[in-house]
Amino acid sequence: MRLLVCVKRVPAPGARINITADEQAVDSAHLGFTTSPHEECALEEAVQIAEAHEGQVTVLTLGPAEAEEQLRYAASVGGNHFVLLPITEVDWDAQRTAAALTQAISDLEEAEGPFDLVLFGNESADAGGFQVGVRVAHALGRPIVNGIKGIDVAEGTVTARREIDGGFEVYEIPTPAVLGIKEGINLPRYPTMKGRLASKKAVIEATEPTAEPGGQKRRRLHRPEEAASTTVILGEGPEAAPAVVDLLEELGVLS
Amino acid sequence: MTLLILCDHDRGTLAEASLEALTFGRQLATDAGIACHAVVIGQGAQEASAQLAAYGAETIHVINHEILTDFGPEAWGEALTQLVRSVDASAAMACGTDRGNEVMAQVAARLNVPFVANCLDVTPNSEQWEMTRVQWGGSLLEDATLETDGAKIVSVTHHSCEATPAAAPAAGTTTVFSPELESALSRTVVTDRVVLTQGITLATAPVVVGGGRGVGSAEAFAPLEELAAALGGVVGCSRAVTNNGWRPHSDQVGQTGTRIAPQIYIANGISGAIQHWVGAMAAKNILAINTDAEANMVTKAGHAVIGDLHKVIPAILEEIERRKG
Ligand SMILES: Cc1cc2nc3c(=O)[nH]c(=O)nc-3n(C[C@H](O)[C@H](O)[C@H](O)COP(=O)(O)OP(=O)(O)OC[C@H]3O[C@@H](n4cnc5c(N)ncnc54)[C@H](O)[C@@H]3O)c2cc1C
Ligand SMILES: Nc1ncnc2c1ncn2[C@@H]1O[C@H](COP(=O)(O)O)[C@@H](O)[C@H]1O
Repeated sequence: MRLLVCVKRVPAPGARINITADEQAVDSAHLGFTTSPHEECALEEAVQIAEAHEGQVTVLTLGPAEAEEQLRYAASVGGNHFVLLPITEVDWDAQRTAAALTQAISDLEEAEGPFDLVLFGNESADAGGFQVGVRVAHALGRPIVNGIKGIDVAEGTVTARREIDGGFEVYEIPTPAVLGIKEGINLPRYPTMKGRLASKKAVIEATEPTAEPGGQKRRRLHRPEEAASTTVILGEGPEAAPAVVDLLEELGVLS
Repeated sequence: MTLLILCDHDRGTLAEASLEALTFGRQLATDAGIACHAVVIGQGAQEASAQLAAYGAETIHVINHEILTDFGPEAWGEALTQLVRSVDASAAMACGTDRGNEVMAQVAARLNVPFVANCLDVTPNSEQWEMTRVQWGGSLLEDATLETDGAKIVSVTHHSCEATPAAAPAAGTTTVFSPELESALSRTVVTDRVVLTQGITLATAPVVVGGGRGVGSAEAFAPLEELAAALGGVVGCSRAVTNNGWRPHSDQVGQTGTRIAPQIYIANGISGAIQHWVGAMAAKNILAINTDAEANMVTKAGHAVIGDLHKVIPAILEEIERRKG
C-alpha cells in the first residue's frame, strides 16, 4: 500500500500572535514551529495504515527550506520518504500551492507508481483555506471527502467516517482516494529514541516548485480587536471557595 | 448578475448557518448591485425553500438529481458548478461550515477560480472584491483581495452574523434545475449515518469545567467531573490533555477542538494559549483557576482564583455541599 501525506510547517504561538512590521506574516522570531495538528493526525493515520498493510508513507511539504524540520519529525514517527518543495515567499496562496503539490504527486507517481491513499489535513492551521486537498484531488481526478475522523482500508475501497452534529456519516470510497483528516482520528505517537536517530539520516528530496500565483492576494494580517478585560480575583487558594460559589449562585448555574 | 447562496439543509430542515449566509448574502448582493438567489440541493429541498423568501431570496433554485438525495461533496460541488454556469452567476457563497467550505472548494476547483473561505466582511468593488477573513481559527484576521475573471467564490464565517429575516421579503420564485451528473460522482455520497445519542454536548453545555496540563493525570479529572455534574455541565480540556491521552479529543476546546459558549467556563490549570482561547472566548463568563497569576487565561478571564486546583476544586465542592445541606 502506498500512502502520501501533505503537511505544512506553521509557527506555534503561545498566548498571543504577533505580526511582522510589513504585516505579511506571523512574527516567528521567538517561536517554535510545528506541523499543523490535523496533518499530524493524518500522518499518524498513514503510518498506522502502512503498519497494518505493509505500506510505505511519503510525506510532502511546500514551504521554506526550514520545513525540513517537519519532514525529519515525520521521519521520527514512522514516515518513509520525504519531499520538500522549497519556496522563498512567506506562503503561497491555495491555488498555487495546490498546483505545485499536484505536480509533485504526479511526478512521484510517474516514477514509483500510484498512491492508494493521499491524506491532507481538513484545513491548515494558519491560512485555513479549506481547499488545497480538494483542488489537488480534483486535478488528479480522484474522490475526496473532508472532515474524516475514522478510516478502514480494504481491497479497492476505503470506508471513511465524518463527524456531523449528533453522530457521523459514512462514505465508501473507491481507491485511489484522497481524504481530509481531522484531529481526533487518533492520538499521534511521540518519537522514540530509535525514531529520532533514524530521522537524522532521513534523505530529503528537494525539488523547486513552479506554479503561477492564484487570485487571492494578501493585503495585510492583523489581530482582532480584544475587549479590554479586568480580572476580579476572587481569592487565593481554598479560601476563595465561598466567593466562587457566590458567583455560581449569582449566575444561576447552581441547581 | 446574480449571487447564488448555497443553503444547506438536512432532509428539509434548514441549517441555521444557511439563514446566516442568506442574511449576509442579501446585503452583499445589495452592495454589489446584483440579484440574491438561494440554492437548495437534495432530498427535502422543496420543503426547505419555503423559509428562504423571508430571508431575501428573490429566486430559489432547487437542484434535483437522483444521486443528490444525500450529501456528497463532489456531486453537490458539480451540481452547483453547473448552476453557476447555467445562470452565469457572478458570485456564489455559502456559510463556512464544514459542508459549506467543502462544497465551495469543490466549485472553485471545478471553475479553476479562487475560493476565499471564512470571510467576516466583504466589500464588492466593481473590479475586485476586498474582504477580511479569519485565519488561525479566528485568532488572526487577513485583509485579502479577490481577483478573478470568473465567478467569485466565498464563504462567510459561521456565527459572524445573526440570521434575521429581510425587512421586505422577496418573491422567492422557485425554479428547478436538473444537472447532468455522471454516476461516478456517487462515489463520495453518504452511504450511512450513525446517530449517537448524547446528553448535553460540549458545544451547547450551559457550564463547562475545563482542565489543562495543570490537572496532572486522567485520574485527577474526577473532582472536575464532580463539579461539572453539580453544575449541570460537562468537562472540557486543553490539547495538552488530549495529547497526553488523559481525555478523549471530543472534550478538547479550541481551534482544532470544539467551540464552546456556556454561561460559565471554569478553566482549571489551563494557560490560555491563543488556540485554546478562540474556542473558549464565546463563554459568557470565565473563571480561571491557576497557580500563575500572570497566565493568559487568568488575565483574560472575568474572574480568577490564584491557587492549586487540587485544593481549590475540593473546597468549592465542599462549599456547594454545605449550602445544599
Ligand atoms: C495549530 C495549533 C492548534 C492548536 N489547537 C489547540 C486547541 O484546539 N485546543 C487547545 O487547548 N490547544 C491547542 N493548541 C495547543 C496550545 O498552543 C497549547 O499548547 C495548549 O492549549 C496548552 O495546554 P494547557 O494550557 O493545558 O498547558 P500549559 O500551557 O502547559 O499550561 C498549564 C497551566 O496550568 C497551570 N498549573 C499547573 N499546575 C497547576 C495547579 N496545580 N493548579 C492550578 N494551575 C496549575 C500553569 O500555571 C499553566 O498556566 C494548538 C496549537 C497549535 C500550534
Ligand atoms: N504548503 C503546504 N505544503 C503541504 N501541504 C499543504 C500546504 N498547504 C496546505 N497543505 C495541505 O492542504 C490542507 C488544506 O490546507 P488549506 O487549504 O490551506 O486549509 C492542509 O491541511 C495540508 O494537508
